[in-house]
Amino acid sequence: MEEPTLATDKKTVESIPAITIRFAGDSGDGMQLVGTRFTDTSALFGNDLATLPSFPAEIRAPQGTIAGVSSFQVQIADFDILTPGDNPEVLVAMNPAALKAHLHDLAPNGMLILNEDAFEEKNITKAGYKLDPRESGELDGYRVFEVPMEKLTKEALKDSEIKGRAVLRSKNMIALGLISWVFNRPLEDTVNWINKKFEKLPEVADANIKTLKTGYNFGITVEAFHHTYVVDKAKLPAGEYTNINGNIGLSWGLVAAAKLSELELFYGSYPITPASDILHELSKHKNFDVITFQAEDEIAAAAATVGASFTGKLAVTGTSGPGLALKSETISLALSAELPMVIVNVQRGGPSTGLPTKPEQSDLLFALYGRHGESPLPVLASRSPSHAFYTAIEASRIALKYMTPVILLSDNYVATGSEPWLLPDYKDLPSLSNNLTTKLNSKDGFLPFHRDMTTFARPWATPGTPGLEHRIGGLEKEEGTGNVSYDSDNHQYMTDMRAWKIANIANDIEPLELNGDEKADTLVLGWGSTYGGITQAVNRLNEKGVKVASAHLTFINPFPDNLGEILSSFKTVIIPELNTGQLIKLIRERFLIDAKGINKVAGVPFTAQELADKIEEKINE
Amino acid sequence: MSKVPVSYKRTDLQSDQEVKWCPGCGDYTILASVQSFMADMGISKEKIVFVSGIGCAARFPYYMNTYGLHTIHGRAPAVATGVTVSNPDLSVWVVSGDGDALSIGGNHLIHALRKNVNIKILMFNNQIYGLTKGQYSPTSEEGKKTKSSPFGSVELPFNPMSIALGAEASFVARSVDMDRELTAQVLQEASTHNGSAFVEIYQNCNVFNDKAFEQLTSKEGRVANRINLVHGEKVIFGAEDEFAVTIENGEAKVVKRTDIDDSKIYVHDITRENPSVAFSLSRLSHGPYGPTPMGVFRKVQRETYNDDVINQINFAKDSKGAGDVDKLIRSLGTWNVD
Repeated sequence: MEEPTLATDKKTVESIPAITIRFAGDSGDGMQLVGTRFTDTSALFGNDLATLPSFPAEIRAPQGTIAGVSSFQVQIADFDILTPGDNPEVLVAMNPAALKAHLHDLAPNGMLILNEDAFEEKNITKAGYKLDPRESGELDGYRVFEVPMEKLTKEALKDSEIKGRAVLRSKNMIALGLISWVFNRPLEDTVNWINKKFEKLPEVADANIKTLKTGYNFGITVEAFHHTYVVDKAKLPAGEYTNINGNIGLSWGLVAAAKLSELELFYGSYPITPASDILHELSKHKNFDVITFQAEDEIAAAAATVGASFTGKLAVTGTSGPGLALKSETISLALSAELPMVIVNVQRGGPSTGLPTKPEQSDLLFALYGRHGESPLPVLASRSPSHAFYTAIEASRIALKYMTPVILLSDNYVATGSEPWLLPDYKDLPSLSNNLTTKLNSKDGFLPFHRDMTTFARPWATPGTPGLEHRIGGLEKEEGTGNVSYDSDNHQYMTDMRAWKIANIANDIEPLELNGDEKADTLVLGWGSTYGGITQAVNRLNEKGVKVASAHLTFINPFPDNLGEILSSFKTVIIPELNTGQLIKLIRERFLIDAKGINKVAGVPFTAQELADKIEEKINE
Repeated sequence: MSKVPVSYKRTDLQSDQEVKWCPGCGDYTILASVQSFMADMGISKEKIVFVSGIGCAARFPYYMNTYGLHTIHGRAPAVATGVTVSNPDLSVWVVSGDGDALSIGGNHLIHALRKNVNIKILMFNNQIYGLTKGQYSPTSEEGKKTKSSPFGSVELPFNPMSIALGAEASFVARSVDMDRELTAQVLQEASTHNGSAFVEIYQNCNVFNDKAFEQLTSKEGRVANRINLVHGEKVIFGAEDEFAVTIENGEAKVVKRTDIDDSKIYVHDITRENPSVAFSLSRLSHGPYGPTPMGVFRKVQRETYNDDVINQINFAKDSKGAGDVDKLIRSLGTWNVD
């Protein structure tokens, strides 16, 4: 067979403002790849977008079962969006299990594309269906398109050098080709990507490109697909954009922070989902003088980071919930020794191993309080992939300026989801100050705990500096000299000082901003990855005439100075969180208000509509 | 390591802090040995860093007029790894005890040795938990009666030399607190070793485990039981040099010299690539009982973690040029909105 070429199209093109597409299949079916490719092509085309990958914790969960289903949802739009969409309007299901797991989310009259070759009795039973869902009537109300993806793949590759079962690995490209046709996306970008990816395996590149084009041509040939759609470029603020996920945004933020502070970056970590990609990303950038240290365990990762900090590096350790628990003692050491350090926690469902690949915001109280002794430290959270870049810089700024460990929270939703990011110029980013010193600070020798009386930070003298030799550690230190001290007044003073130093940071962070109807009686307050959902929900409610405002915290400790004033100007405060109510405890305790929670721990983020409905319910209560 | 022609008096290495070990503790002798040695080590004191964990030995950094970091239980090798990788120009020393290094910190110890991180680990082995007032430790002898083992410990102790060798350590040595000359020699060998060094120093805890090393420190024991390992020399010991060590079928054995030909006596070679012989020497005793080898077991050169990390960074900078944040954040492809 000759290489398929693109046939002449006889299509009609309908312009739509936005579309949400979900690709679902076995975890080995390549759905993440198909979703990412469609996303990147749409990004380069100029759509606004947001994505939600979802996959099992197992690398290859049992084939054909619900447990093994992996999915990728993307919303593309010609306007500014903040979430990956609520209910998909298009569902691509590669097998019966994928259909069973995702059909309930598909919007009424949604487009359902099935890989018909996978609907054999065996697979249908394995998915838990008693009857073939295509015949039982449960697909009524959807626009169903059955596509023989496996037959098309085999036909396309019958003369290929790829043989046997390996042939079917390319069947995801049928789905990508077909969706590219239906949504009028050119194939060039993906063809280039395939050629680069399989540079050393030309026969694999060739097979994938052939199947991609076959999928596209299937759309051209089959009349059912002649009604196609286009989502125009989004009218976003002018400038240069890239598409990033939160782990990459955060990694680049750390690299930038090191440059901005004229320090070198040390990143100590131990592999853990979903934080490992930060280690992977940073280990690529050694030409920025980045040292990545893959430690023997979570504790060593944090401990080496303390050592790096003592030596004058921008010292960062990264992990997810279980790892944060293991690092707890070491963070207390950094806190007591007053060494700057950033601890990144990409949250996932807990407790224990929990839901390693699902988002949750349930480590907030642990980040604030999960240490022995009186040990306050700054805690801030990223709200989106691009925000992760800026919070990484902000966490570094605070750590270096105030000589303290700082916990930066992300979560699986921010870490793996992606969005377009209006790129800054490096020269416009703030430079970061630090407390490095090479000078004696007293006639009696160097005093490692002699503080700057504006920031209350102690001086940072690093090994190699003549004349400033000193010893510090985890035993209580005497203010000024840093000598070991068991004196009761001194311990009271140091405990108060450590707390005051952190509380004082409230004067040095951005005030909280309001979104929506500022004159409303109701405020929706959030933190972290619920930003897109809350903001979109409040905007929708405002459009409907419902009076409500929202505000989103970056710093949870200390709170921004104007938080109390803002809270007091609303009658009702609603706090949505992907946990059973953690920020709400802090707000109630600190401000003595009867805030209301909207809480969920279902391993998935809030959708905007879900939040809009629940907020409206609370308003009407 | 940059060496400068510096020479100090021992007192220059003493900090202004009062030393607070129990009177008669072996740690005092070791502190004096280390300070004397470092006065002549040829490295300026601002480049010396002591890192410790928790335990009696771990107070050591407070008494050295160098940079020091007293950290948390067991983690000193990991902290020290961060220090030396971040600034390879420093001379980084870990001071630890048997509980700190072999129990709570066992994982960090073996990985620092495996990776050949350029740190020198001094493990003061007193075979007891001292700071917590006398529980059995991972090197206490089986049957040891302590507060936490009133009917005797039921655990087989670790052999620290065997552990270090099994963990691919490139430098392994043993000394004893009372022998300041041997300690100085071993520290000298360790300090000139590029890579991780593991030095066990038998240390008497006169409060909770007095005379644990008597078989090696008493007047008679010192002569009868210490097998002094000297590179390039036949391993011979005893009051009248009447014993020797041979290696038969890979196994080290103590033999009477009258029973063998002198040509069969093992000639110590610290540079053997294969650690088997050093390991078999470490099995001659499973603690400070009977004939026990002392001195340097192994000293081999292999790539250090520090050098390899720096080389990769330098290679990346040479091949890609220094990093540019503006380029980095545009590296995944961009598009323009007008």
